Amino acid sequence: MSPTTTKPETGSTGGSTPSTSAYAAIEAGKPRFAWLRGSLQQLLAFASLIVIVAVFSFASPHFFTANNLVSILTAATVTGILALGTTFVIITGGIDLSIGTGMVLCGVMAGVFLTYLGWPLWLGVTATILFGALIGLINGVNVSVLGIPPFIATLGMMLIAAGLSLVISGTKPIYFTETPDFQSIMNLSIIPGMRFPLGVAIFIVMIIVAAVLLSKTILGRYTFSIGSNEAATALSGVNVRRWKITIYTLAGLFVGLAGVLSASRLSSAQPTGGMGLELEAIAAVVIGGTSLQGGKGSIVGTVIGALIMAVLTNGLRIISVPQEWQSVAVGIVILVAVYLDMLRRRRG
Amino acid sequence: MTAGTTALLEVEGVSKGFPGVQALADVQLELRHGEVLALVGENGAGKSTLMKLLAGIYTPDAGTFRLNGRELAIEGPRHAQELGISIIHQEFNLMPDLTVAQNIFIGREHRQAGLFLDDRALNRRAQELFDRLGLALDPAERVEQLTVARQQMVEIAKALSFDAKVLIMDEPTAALNDAEVDVLFELIERFRTPETGVIYISHRMEELARISDRISVLRDGRYVGTRVTAETAPSEIISLMVGREISGEQRPAPRQPEGEPVLSVRGLTTRHLLRDVSFDVHAGEILGFAGLMGAGRTEVARAIVGADRRESGEIRVRGRAVAISSPAEAAGLGIGYLSEDRKQLGVLLERSVRENIVLSSLRDYASRSGFVRDGRIEATGREYVEKLRIKTPSTAQLVRNLSGGNQQKVVIAKWLVKDCDVLIFDEPTRGIDVGAKEEIYALLRRLADEGKAIVMISSELPEVLRLSDRIAVMAEGRLTAVLDNAEATQENLMDYATRFSSEGTIAR
Repeated sequence: MSPTTTKPETGSTGGSTPSTSAYAAIEAGKPRFAWLRGSLQQLLAFASLIVIVAVFSFASPHFFTANNLVSILTAATVTGILALGTTFVIITGGIDLSIGTGMVLCGVMAGVFLTYLGWPLWLGVTATILFGALIGLINGVNVSVLGIPPFIATLGMMLIAAGLSLVISGTKPIYFTETPDFQSIMNLSIIPGMRFPLGVAIFIVMIIVAAVLLSKTILGRYTFSIGSNEAATALSGVNVRRWKITIYTLAGLFVGLAGVLSASRLSSAQPTGGMGLELEAIAAVVIGGTSLQGGKGSIVGTVIGALIMAVLTNGLRIISVPQEWQSVAVGIVILVAVYLDMLRRRRG
Repeated sequence: MTAGTTALLEVEGVSKGFPGVQALADVQLELRHGEVLALVGENGAGKSTLMKLLAGIYTPDAGTFRLNGRELAIEGPRHAQELGISIIHQEFNLMPDLTVAQNIFIGREHRQAGLFLDDRALNRRAQELFDRLGLALDPAERVEQLTVARQQMVEIAKALSFDAKVLIMDEPTAALNDAEVDVLFELIERFRTPETGVIYISHRMEELARISDRISVLRDGRYVGTRVTAETAPSEIISLMVGREISGEQRPAPRQPEGEPVLSVRGLTTRHLLRDVSFDVHAGEILGFAGLMGAGRTEVARAIVGADRRESGEIRVRGRAVAISSPAEAAGLGIGYLSEDRKQLGVLLERSVRENIVLSSLRDYASRSGFVRDGRIEATGREYVEKLRIKTPSTAQLVRNLSGGNQQKVVIAKWLVKDCDVLIFDEPTRGIDVGAKEEIYALLRRLADEGKAIVMISSELPEVLRLSDRIAVMAEGRLTAVLDNAEATQENLMDYATRFSSEGTIAR
């Protein structure tokens, strides 16, 4: 705590004008290069990504090839899109555990809309994405209107979504027999002569959308503001409840899109799984330097985080590290990344 | 009085109750055009509640607010600001991760296409505001990077950015040093016009004398009265606040320190601040530490108990040289340090009174196998609640629900259970209201009379004079004087506190 002031003689001077030294006292200690510190974490994460890529490139000739890099991006797409949406939630100081099973439920709903109900492709896909938004909306209402802590509210939703996926699908996969084009949403190759799937392009577009939303819009500003000091934001006349609902709903939109892409990738809606995916997405966000305390974070960081995870998994597989050990490696990376981030903050 | 002329802001018959508490009952207040009205009262008198009503955070159960004679219904924080009522809250209401400009205009950003922001325009507007107010702030700097004083300036700039007519400030100088207080008062003077007025909430009587025209007093949620500052002695205001006279001029009876000192410090030096600090404390005496902000008083305490590293110096406890490297070791030797930051470092707010009391000695309250003996804890808890007259319904009460004074007593009890002979109090009455301060004073005196050696660091000179048998004065990390109470006055203490080693350096 700051030391204390002893008052000098009382009321000795009536109309004292502040001397220049008084201003100087207040002006003292203005740090320079604040902007540099902000981008340091991204630099750090980016540097780690480069190092990891370099190591794998040396270790195996099969790693640094166009095809493999595309397959890394492809692998990163679904988790990455989940991570993009959940970055917003985490910057507000919240958490969303329902994104993994929520995504699975969205996939099942895509099956319901397209196969069971026979809706046209565009309508079914739009409805699926909106269904994701609905999940987010409910999370947002539970958190900000009912006041349930985000961890609990979304833990509940995680279990509900997992259960509903099984109930609605009758525990069986749903195949997109009515809409064979559905699988091309993720898999369609858009660059001639090369396997560059449409899903990856969608991921890249979503990265740009998320980055603009977070840094250039009122939504992004309030996302940081709420995470930085929620009470003060509310006192400033910002409708915090409404914005939090909006932010969770936005995360839900990303969940819906991820549901479409993952079902499209498999050409079927698999009603099981999804649990654990939320933790992978959160890990990507955290590796990217977003603070779980809220107030700090970036989309660039999240993307780098998602890539680090995908590169690790891919690279370790290529150099034939058994799957059991891959998980250990990812865990270590998370610990190191977050520890480095804490070191940086302490020094700052 | 002012029959015929309407006041700038009138509060009439306002009441507000919360479950179990009537926070405000039939309160009135009148702020005239162009004046600074001080609002004072003990903690819990209802000042904050009144503020929150004016800020639109609470709605009143009864009563009316009038601005320039027009009745108002304040619907929310934003609405209050739009009406021209701006409030600077005691706790900072800033977003540390946002920039200065972003903070000032939060909730009022110019949007393009309803969604997009223009930070450059925002910074420009902020810069214009700072130019107008004569503030040296960088709009693009993140608030996190600013000193507390500069954060306060951001708060003020934010409040003034709403073309405010009424500015309400809650303890605005709590975190400021003297130079910064001057700047603040300059800003207030500049803000004060025939169209505007300021409600200034503070405990510091000397500030009220400097800045306010009139003083209104609240007590126990009721309006007590208003006095013209220039015609009123501080003691009258204090007696209005507490409802009884408090004599400020008491001094302890002179006494001769007896026997060997309990704690003896020689040549205490730390890397950054302290230089060759030497003093003794005897059983049964209170040694006060006076000095300006940053003079090193807290650092002396921290260096003694091993919370900070010592470069050199010797510490003797009852004549025996000791090497203390952590507060735990200090406690083992019977030296307890009661931090100025009670809530962070003194008590566990969410645990019970009795748990807090035995916390440092929990090992003595557990069986060999590690099971805690609740019966003994309860017995000790009850013993100290009675001994120190801690106001609590039971020893199971959470410390959070106690008043500041009683929380402080819990901290003291904790160190007494630990059987400390030397108690170092750092700002023992900070954040404690006037009535409870008296009780803490009496308790400190009693502890000394029972044979404890007490070191008391305080920023309030009257408190130091009131309580200390001897007074050590520090400036720039050095001890500049150790005086007997009889030879000390506010004037000579201040003189010693400003004895800087070289002219022109100000203690930082």
